Amino acid sequence: MIGGLFIYNHKGEVLISRVYRDDIGRNAVDAFRVNVIHARQQVRSPVTNIARTSFFHVKRSNIWLAAVTKQNVNAAMVFEFLYKMCDVMAAYFGKVSEENIKNNFVLIYELLDEILDFGYPQNSETGALKTFITQQGIKGQTKEEQSQITSQVTGQIGWRREGIKYRRNELFLDVLESVNLLMSPQGQVLSAHVSGRVVMKSYLSGMPECKFGMNDKIVIDKAGKGGVTDEVGKSDLGGGGSTSGKQSIAIDDCTFNQCVRLSKFDSERSISFIPPDGEYELMRYRTTKDIILPFRVIPLVREVGRTKLEVKVVIKSNFKPSLLAQKIEVRIPTPLNTSGVQVICMKGKAKYKASENAIVWKIKRMAGMKESQISAEIELLPTNDKKKWARPPISMNFEVPFAPSGLKVRYLKVFESKLNYSDHDVVKWVRYIGRSGIYETRC
Amino acid sequence: MPAVSKGDGMRGLAVFISDIRNCKSKEAEIKRINKELANIRSKFKGDKALDGYSKKKYVCKLLFIFLLGHDIDFGHMEAVNLLSSNKYTEKQIGYLFISVLVNSNSDLISLINNAIKNDLSSRNPTFMNLALHCIANVGSREMAEAFAAEVPRILVAGDTMDSVKQSAALCLLRLNRTSPDLVLMGEWTARVVHLLNDQHLGVVTAATSLITTLAQKSPEDFKTSVSLAVARLSRIVSSASTDLQDYTYYFVAAPWLSVKLLRLLQCYPPPEDGAIRGRLTECLETILNKAQEPPKSKKVQHSNAKNAVLFEAISLIIHHDSEPTLLVRACNQLGQFLQHRETNLRYLALESMCTLASSEFSHEAVKTHIETVINALKSERDVSVRQRAVDLLYAMCDRSNAKQIVAEMLSYLETADYSIREEIVLKVAILAEKYAVDYTWYVDTILNLIRFAGDYVSDEVWYRVIQIVINRDEVQGYAAKTVFEALQAPACHENLVKVGGYILGEFGNLIAGDSRSSPLIQFDLLHSKFHLCSVPTRALLLSAYIKFINLFPEVKGTIQEVLRSDSQLRNADVELQQRAVEYLRLSSIASTDILATVLEEMPPFPERESSILAKLKRKKGPGNLHPDLDENRKERSANGGTADHSSTTSNAKSSPLSFVGDLLAPASTAPPTNRPRPVSSSYLLQAPLTPIPPQASAVPVLLSAGPLFQVAASPTPSTDLLGLGSTITTQNSAPPASKGTSLLVDVFSENIAAFPVETPVAVGPVADENFSRFVCKNNGVLYENQLLQIGLKSEFRQNLGRMYVFFGNKTSTQFMNFAASVVCQDTLQAQLNVHAKPADPTVDGGAQLQQILNIECMSDFVDAPVLNIQFRYGGTLQNVAVKLPITLNKFFQPTEMTSQDFFQRWKQLGAPQQEVQKIFKAKHSMDTEVTKAKIMGFGAALLDGVDPNPSNFVGAGVIHTKTTQVGCLLRLEPNTQAQMYRLTLRTSRDTVSQRLCDLLSEQF
Repeated sequence: MIGGLFIYNHKGEVLISRVYRDDIGRNAVDAFRVNVIHARQQVRSPVTNIARTSFFHVKRSNIWLAAVTKQNVNAAMVFEFLYKMCDVMAAYFGKVSEENIKNNFVLIYELLDEILDFGYPQNSETGALKTFITQQGIKGQTKEEQSQITSQVTGQIGWRREGIKYRRNELFLDVLESVNLLMSPQGQVLSAHVSGRVVMKSYLSGMPECKFGMNDKIVIDKAGKGGVTDEVGKSDLGGGGSTSGKQSIAIDDCTFNQCVRLSKFDSERSISFIPPDGEYELMRYRTTKDIILPFRVIPLVREVGRTKLEVKVVIKSNFKPSLLAQKIEVRIPTPLNTSGVQVICMKGKAKYKASENAIVWKIKRMAGMKESQISAEIELLPTNDKKKWARPPISMNFEVPFAPSGLKVRYLKVFESKLNYSDHDVVKWVRYIGRSGIYETRC
Repeated sequence: MPAVSKGDGMRGLAVFISDIRNCKSKEAEIKRINKELANIRSKFKGDKALDGYSKKKYVCKLLFIFLLGHDIDFGHMEAVNLLSSNKYTEKQIGYLFISVLVNSNSDLISLINNAIKNDLSSRNPTFMNLALHCIANVGSREMAEAFAAEVPRILVAGDTMDSVKQSAALCLLRLNRTSPDLVLMGEWTARVVHLLNDQHLGVVTAATSLITTLAQKSPEDFKTSVSLAVARLSRIVSSASTDLQDYTYYFVAAPWLSVKLLRLLQCYPPPEDGAIRGRLTECLETILNKAQEPPKSKKVQHSNAKNAVLFEAISLIIHHDSEPTLLVRACNQLGQFLQHRETNLRYLALESMCTLASSEFSHEAVKTHIETVINALKSERDVSVRQRAVDLLYAMCDRSNAKQIVAEMLSYLETADYSIREEIVLKVAILAEKYAVDYTWYVDTILNLIRFAGDYVSDEVWYRVIQIVINRDEVQGYAAKTVFEALQAPACHENLVKVGGYILGEFGNLIAGDSRSSPLIQFDLLHSKFHLCSVPTRALLLSAYIKFINLFPEVKGTIQEVLRSDSQLRNADVELQQRAVEYLRLSSIASTDILATVLEEMPPFPERESSILAKLKRKKGPGNLHPDLDENRKERSANGGTADHSSTTSNAKSSPLSFVGDLLAPASTAPPTNRPRPVSSSYLLQAPLTPIPPQASAVPVLLSAGPLFQVAASPTPSTDLLGLGSTITTQNSAPPASKGTSLLVDVFSENIAAFPVETPVAVGPVADENFSRFVCKNNGVLYENQLLQIGLKSEFRQNLGRMYVFFGNKTSTQFMNFAASVVCQDTLQAQLNVHAKPADPTVDGGAQLQQILNIECMSDFVDAPVLNIQFRYGGTLQNVAVKLPITLNKFFQPTEMTSQDFFQRWKQLGAPQQEVQKIFKAKHSMDTEVTKAKIMGFGAALLDGVDPNPSNFVGAGVIHTKTTQVGCLLRLEPNTQAQMYRLTLRTSRDTVSQRLCDLLSEQF
């Protein structure tokens, strides 16, 4: 159970301090500041134990959120809560920044009172919270409205209130993936995985029942054996850009929004739910097999004497020529004793950034099945250190319009029995975005 | 671009530093630093040469980055280049960088050294100073190697500027600290001393520090500094405060220099020249006078400076310890500080008084402050000050005020801090014993001690109280009564139960007459505590019960009942179970006569140096006490004990074997001879005090063997509660059965077969490497090789002695045809009689054989007898010859005498042939305690307070031989500075003087 929650700015000054339990004293605030924020060595572990007290922290830009407890809590629960807290704050006042926190501290205390009770997390669904914690000041609520809020917050479907009406029923579905890779200089994949999210924005009237289908291997195989499902292909909303023609993907693990009926997923592996209103994250998943690597990096580093280094890096795009990758950035680390750099590249812009000890090469757009290269001459200053340069890996950032895991949305059906609109009346939008996570190639 | 007008501006550096300061996060700072490093790298790499200004600026930036905690691996070359610049600022930065970042980098060190050499020879004082500072700051071995010869030359050169001399002196001091072996004394030393006469006070201050350090290294070379220092000090002390303009600090003239001079004087004994001595005394008096003057300023700096000089002067007075008036004045001055409101002053005053209390002149003066100190103990807020107060009380205690001080310490103990409780307990225990006139008071004090702070009462303390009670008949009854009353408290500390169990077990009969403390009540009282105690205490209580059976036959039934109960007979603890079984059998089988003999009252313990004292010393500082000392004492006292016993052979109580009766000290519980237990001799001899987990094989007493006790006592360290350890293995000495219950082995009776003096087989070289170690002690391992270990335990009384020789078979096979004989060569035969009792011809593998030698000294002798050992091991005949450590001093009997007597006799023995003097270099460290122990081990009585110089040792004693007795006086004068000793011996016989002198001088 969380004993207290503190928010600090980058200097370690306390912006918000809320203590829920007596076992957490005021000195806990200072202990965290001294031992973590102002620590001589950077503290990389998100959990720190100081004097038999555990501190769980997350950092958003320059803001530190720390949950404190003396008990043996489920760390995953605490972090889930902290992230949720960030989401809630973002939903209320935009970016989580020192300025915004200072301006909204009353609201934040109000929220903290609501979503954490004696250290136990409560309903933290933004949609529900917004109905009774508002920034408009005290607004006279009618008895009806009040009872409605009560029944909704305490009811079975806490995340959606009744009586929502839209003239146009619309639904947006984003598949957001980040692909992580570590590759050897010879092009061998040392480790790779994709972590993805399905984010939805729904503007639907009434209490609709939705059903979401994707090319999950288990479902497809079952369907293939059974040969019964007529839905396959029929309502495919796909826009995937995978070059491989494979039909299904193996999902290693996944988590769902609270609105998804887990019992149904367990029994039939179908994802059905009554969606919250507005934006929410439907599911998160991870895959490790048959990942489409959008880019291949081929490094070539040659040491010419003690004072010179020649680097040549080739990148190859590995997807359908019709698709365009964006925001490509290659970061080539330079030795610590670099005294000068000359760069030549055919495409994009490249620059030596001394403050980051790296050459940064940026390309705005790049189509599939192309290649591009950069070559650089690095001058070195002889040092009296005999330490060899550790050669950190070359890292890369990009954005591609397909899901590197190969995930495809097969269907998303909406049923609303009480109101008279059907699945066909709902406008559905699907988008795939693949981003780079830690995408590194050793050189 | 670099203009002189730009000077030290270094705008770039200022901008960079302010950028760093403005960074919001660590990441931003690292980014900024990376950027700057890249910039500097490109600048250093650049083709066009950098001018001095930019070089300086960039080196400065690198230095700043380094000081922020980042690694710098370049720029050293540029910094070295700066050294050769002609501008002060550039040179300074260069040196700064070198001092901060230099490591023993081979290629650069030579360049740096070169640059430093150039600067040292430049005659430019600022440059020379910079170079000297750099040498001192780096202070590495390489630097010392390169400049150890150069710096003294600069220091004493006639044309060196004052400021350079100052730096050179401090630089040399630093080099002497880091690598003293490289700073060699030379002709410059004499001239360094004369720096004390320098006009410039700064030079004098620096030189004084240097001379103080060097004087500790080689006092002889700097002896002349004393008179100069005194002269200088008197000039400072007598100067008006305005005379030394720059060196007057808050109206105090040159306080630092004064302190240093006083410290320098503390390296030497009081000056012998009367004039200098008078002048110094005058100075010290002036300093003391000044302390009485009203302060010239209210500022704390003024009083601090003044007090610093004063305290240093007082420590010099204490060091000299020769001027009673000064000592008393110092003491009075400190007395004033005792009530000062500055805590630091009170602390320092208490600390200095502790040393004053040990001086004979000021001891009385210190005692007048007792009330203040006691008050400090009660009211001081700072624990460290209270600790000092305890120390001082301990130091000032003597017979006149012991009762008061002990009472105060006891009452303080109840509220004392936990950190110092144990120390206070030890101190109270020592004081109570040392100054006890009335032993009932002593017993009361210790019992109170246990009551107030039982947890902090270490074993030594309660061992000691038992030893004292046993040794003094007059307190036994009182002790039993007091203990009995103390035990009636519902909750008493386990230590009290231990003391109670032991004392009631021994002397319960003394109070049994009173109906309130009848035997049964006593037993019930003890047994009510039994179940709350730990195993060792229960074991002790069981022994007390069996003693009760002997004392009070009427409670026998009750006690047997207790012993028979399952909780005893089947106790999980082996020790308890064994005791219960044996005691039960003993009580039911043995006749009352046997019981009475076995459970005889404990014989008096040998008088010995208090082990508590040793413990206190150990606690104070493990470094200042030689570990041998403790052991030495222990062994010595153990010997003293056994010697006592053997002297009165007819008395059963004091026979060495009557230890069997001492069931309370189960060290002597006896395994039967037919099952000999291998015990290495060193193990036998070490008499451990610390309990080791009990051993299962410890104690079966075979009573079924009838009236004959075949006894071979072997110590079980676990249960050697009193650490007496003076037990003896007598495997071969079982008396004939006809002797009946006589447990005695009369060592001097006729059943000693005079050992046949056969012509020994030609043997190899006589081993004597351990010989000298036995001069001052009686026990230990004499000889050891792969097969055999020879241990010794010996005791001497007057002209007689007995030596137990333990032959330990270190192999697993039996030694056959084992024979050991003692040979006295030539003249020695007439001077010394050595009889060896015959021993078994075989020694089993891993077993031990004991042989007893009886020694009689006929007249004084020089040589030592040789022990020849022959045995067959695996078919080959082995011969070993060892010199037996029987030396003349073993027949020493200590004699106590007063100072007057001593000097009278000393004068009587004034004939030139009677005195032998030897001056020799110390071979071991010159620890006073160790030396004392050695002299006592040598056999002479150590006479305290006889010699006017307390650091000298004086001893007296009588050498007993059958024909004559030779009185001996000895005097040992250590010189710690020179690490030399002078030993003078005066005896009535020239041969004795010579021999003793030779023996003793080898020991230091």
